[in-house]
Amino acid sequence: MDYTLILFIILAAVAVASAAGLLVSRNTVYAALFLVLNFATVAVFYLLLGAPFIALAQVTIYAGAIMVLFLFVIMLLGADKLPKAKGLPWQRPLAIVLAAVLLVEAGFLLFQRLQLTANLASPEASINTTEALQSLAKTLFSQYLLPFEVTSVLLLVAMIGVIVLTKKEKGEQEA
Amino acid sequence: MTQIIPLSWYLAVSMLLFSMGALGVLIRRNPLIIFMSIELMLNAANLAFVAFARSFGVPTGQIFVFFVMTVSAAEVAVGLALIIIIFRNKHSIDVDLMNSLKG
Repeated sequence: MDYTLILFIILAAVAVASAAGLLVSRNTVYAALFLVLNFATVAVFYLLLGAPFIALAQVTIYAGAIMVLFLFVIMLLGADKLPKAKGLPWQRPLAIVLAAVLLVEAGFLLFQRLQLTANLASPEASINTTEALQSLAKTLFSQYLLPFEVTSVLLLVAMIGVIVLTKKEKGEQEA
Repeated sequence: MTQIIPLSWYLAVSMLLFSMGALGVLIRRNPLIIFMSIELMLNAANLAFVAFARSFGVPTGQIFVFFVMTVSAAEVAVGLALIIIIFRNKHSIDVDLMNSLKG
């Protein structure tokens, strides 16, 4: 038994358990921390898959920037303990049935094409991380240069949009 | 390092995470947790992208993950700003109260 197999099984269990924790936790702060754990395990999956750049970007962008933003808003709004709302009585069972249908559908497609994916899943025995990184950078800055530049415009637009949205109007009184 | 884990296992994990994210969007009423579930689904899709990139041996999948991360960062910034404005106007963020457009 190889150590990667043991690692994979542990990581998969932690990832699924932390996603379940996100779904059931009452306190929003706990939900955010479960999501951080999930992002960290997915980052280790990326390392297993030979994608160290994506793994580190995952840790810095998702687990770092995005989750800090989430925690900041949770604490700003004091939304960590919302009163329990009375909702539609049939919403929860219907949601569980629909999610189960989605899972079964995806699983059916996966196992139907198992032969196809099994053929694909035999990459070279070892991967040269430096070469992989170099080819990633070459592709990103040659073939995908225009989309890369467009993402910077997207981030700028998002930044301006957020500033405009949260700015108080001149006549508006202090809330 | 030998690659003994088949691609389908990664796809199965990705599938499970995506379904749990969809379930979270459907059952929770706190918009922050709905938002986090959306992030979970994006992450599951990213995992499938990287797994396919590894098995085809091309870097394109990783580049798409990079773009997905950028877009989700922008999306989170704008979405959280909207949640703050809604809280300012309604003093609550329960999604059941967002029915001003209901006829």
